[in-house]
Amino acid sequence: MSVGAPRALASSGQKPITEILHPLSAAEEPLSVPVGVDKQEVGLTNGTPVETSSPASTSSLFNRLQLDDDLEADVRDPYADSTEMRDLFVTVDDPKKHVSTMETYITYRVSTKTSRVEFDLPEYCVRRRYQDFDWLRIKLEDSQPTHLIPPLPEKFVMKGVVDRFSEEFVETRMKALDKFLKRVADHPVLSFNPHLNAFLTVKDLNKRQGLALLSKVGESVKHVAGGYKLRARPAEFCAMGEYLDTFNQKLGTIDRIAQRILKEQSEYLTELREYGGVYSSWVGSEEELRRPLEGVAGCVTTSCGALEDLGDNMSLDFLPVLREYVLYLESIKNVLRKRDQSQAEYEGRLEAAILRKQEDRTPMPLEVEKCQDKVECFNADLKADWERWQSNKRHDFKQLLTGMADRNINSYEKSQAAWESLITLLQDKQTEDKTSETS
Amino acid sequence: MVLTVMLQMVEESPTLLCRMEICVAESEKRSGKNAVNMQETFTVYLIETRPMDALAEGRNPAPDSLWRRYSEFELLRNYLLVTFPYIVVPPLPEKRAEFVWHKLSADNMDPDFVERRRVGLENFLLRVASHPVLSNDKILHHFLTEEHGWKEVVYETGFQAKADSRLKALSATFRVRNPDKRFMDMKHYSDDLQSHTSQLLRARARVADRLYGVYKVHGNYGRVFSEWSAIEREMGDGLQSAGHHMDAYAASIDDILEEEEHYADQLKEYLFYAEALRAVCRKHELTQFELEMATQDLISKKQQHEELSTGIVRTFSFKGMTNKLFGQEAPEQREARLKLLEELIEEGEEAVKDKTVECE
Repeated sequence: MSVGAPRALASSGQKPITEILHPLSAAEEPLSVPVGVDKQEVGLTNGTPVETSSPASTSSLFNRLQLDDDLEADVRDPYADSTEMRDLFVTVDDPKKHVSTMETYITYRVSTKTSRVEFDLPEYCVRRRYQDFDWLRIKLEDSQPTHLIPPLPEKFVMKGVVDRFSEEFVETRMKALDKFLKRVADHPVLSFNPHLNAFLTVKDLNKRQGLALLSKVGESVKHVAGGYKLRARPAEFCAMGEYLDTFNQKLGTIDRIAQRILKEQSEYLTELREYGGVYSSWVGSEEELRRPLEGVAGCVTTSCGALEDLGDNMSLDFLPVLREYVLYLESIKNVLRKRDQSQAEYEGRLEAAILRKQEDRTPMPLEVEKCQDKVECFNADLKADWERWQSNKRHDFKQLLTGMADRNINSYEKSQAAWESLITLLQDKQTEDKTSETS
Repeated sequence: MVLTVMLQMVEESPTLLCRMEICVAESEKRSGKNAVNMQETFTVYLIETRPMDALAEGRNPAPDSLWRRYSEFELLRNYLLVTFPYIVVPPLPEKRAEFVWHKLSADNMDPDFVERRRVGLENFLLRVASHPVLSNDKILHHFLTEEHGWKEVVYETGFQAKADSRLKALSATFRVRNPDKRFMDMKHYSDDLQSHTSQLLRARARVADRLYGVYKVHGNYGRVFSEWSAIEREMGDGLQSAGHHMDAYAASIDDILEEEEHYADQLKEYLFYAEALRAVCRKHELTQFELEMATQDLISKKQQHEELSTGIVRTFSFKGMTNKLFGQEAPEQREARLKLLEELIEEGEEAVKDKTVECE
């Protein structure tokens, strides 16, 4: 599976997706239709790409403020993400090992191509290490607490268990970082974050320097004293929480099954190799049957090869996606928690204000209203990101499972072809024997 | 009686299979009392035969059919082994399932096992019936055509006594002086064949075990996908059907491996063939050993003969001493004995020749 899987699928255009390819297109229609019908209208609510349903929410206002100068770029339906409409392309590749007296680490090349006005140049190329990605993610999380930030691959690797500088590890991590950055760059809000801009463009990232452009809105979500029960958590967020738990559980099971299959498969492979070897050694005592026996041994070897590729693909492509989604779930849970906190804060203040109001009849303090705005903003952003995530997830898993099926078919086809060629060989042998008998 | 007449009539015909269509058509489970009056369950196999000439004439008569147990097949084979020691008698299918991968039932009443055994028994009969010597055996005919009284006829041949004495002779250790190169090669070959086929069978059983595991683990996907589909809206149907496919995938392995069992059966047949070949080689060795002993004996007898007729004792021998002490045997007596020996030797040589021919 290619790294830019969801993109590749999306870039095939909205039409084929809705009309031909996507079996779930019916469910998407309501979202994509308004875009086609009236682009202007959607353009107005542009900041919240998904939320056509709540265009008047504070969040959309807030987003619009942030993104004002780039209306055109974002006039698009996020589901019908097509290449022509995208204006920020990032890639992570070319890992390099750096050895210094202090430490050894890997840097990755981060290349950017863009037509956005925020960028001085159309192209950038910088080298970043994992720490820098981590910094970016923390900054994004701080400055955009209401949004769902894609996950990074695990930071901590048990020393000794995994070789951090092994080709496989670096490759897998690079793919995961690429995925992370692409997801951020594709996000209608996150992609405009100044920290991202700095990350993509500045030669030497000064991680301590705070950026002046940093948006303060929605930044601080204070922790509310524990034990506070939300009065009414909106049903949709409850459902989200439940969904996440179940999905997490299922992913865990799938991961376990996949691991188990890999293990079984590798054991099968060992046995199969031995089995093929017996045919080869048998050749020694059967001169007349040399070719068929060698043929069988060859077929078994081919099957082994196909199976090995399948296993490699599984561990290189299938498992990382599962992994990413497990981490994603953590991120979502975090955001959900923050949302709850924000709601709790609002409810707390509201209650206090109502009490005060009853005493001295002062108008509702501005503070409370601000809080309410914040909660609504949170809700809207989260909902938007949730929808976006759901759609990505759908694409990713469709891709993942189709890919898996394809690879299985491919592998079986390889073995089948080998065995079929053996059949002709055996038939040749038979006719050969017959002719030698008759002659 | 009709049978023997028919046999004589068609003596020229090369094999039984040219004259008769044979098949083991079906199997049936039965229960009855065994020798020690214990209730037992066993399987009987239906043997159908049809004369070929009737078919050739365009008639399509109903086949003669009778039921036989596996143990009767065994008896038949033992009889053939003893009666034709110089022939590689085709092997029977295994008595108990060997080289099984662990999920396969090792139960002798398992329908799949019975079915595979039916195929194996039919193969056995066809191979015996296509052998130019074996197929003309009367006992075989009896086995194929008359349900009752066969066992008694077999036991009347007294083959068991022969079998016992041969077994004794075979189990004694002996060393051939001048091993026949051809038989040595054959023995080596059968050893090779046996070791390769058994290795192959063992490896196959392990491969089957693993493959079974791989497929069945996929079955877990089926369950997870269908559970997962419950919490998805758009993806639900897709996941559900993916789950079904996974179930089907996991279930498919049973048939695949069941089919592969037939391949294993063919390998097994050759494994047992190798054993049969070895047995013949061993019997040949025994005969050759006997032949060598007889030849040696003959030489010494000839020497004695010469000594007696010329009166010169070339070597010191016990026989010579006794002769000197107790007077000489009558020459006629001696001559007769020598002649007898020579005949025996000739017989032995004949047998070896026979065996050589048959084995080839």
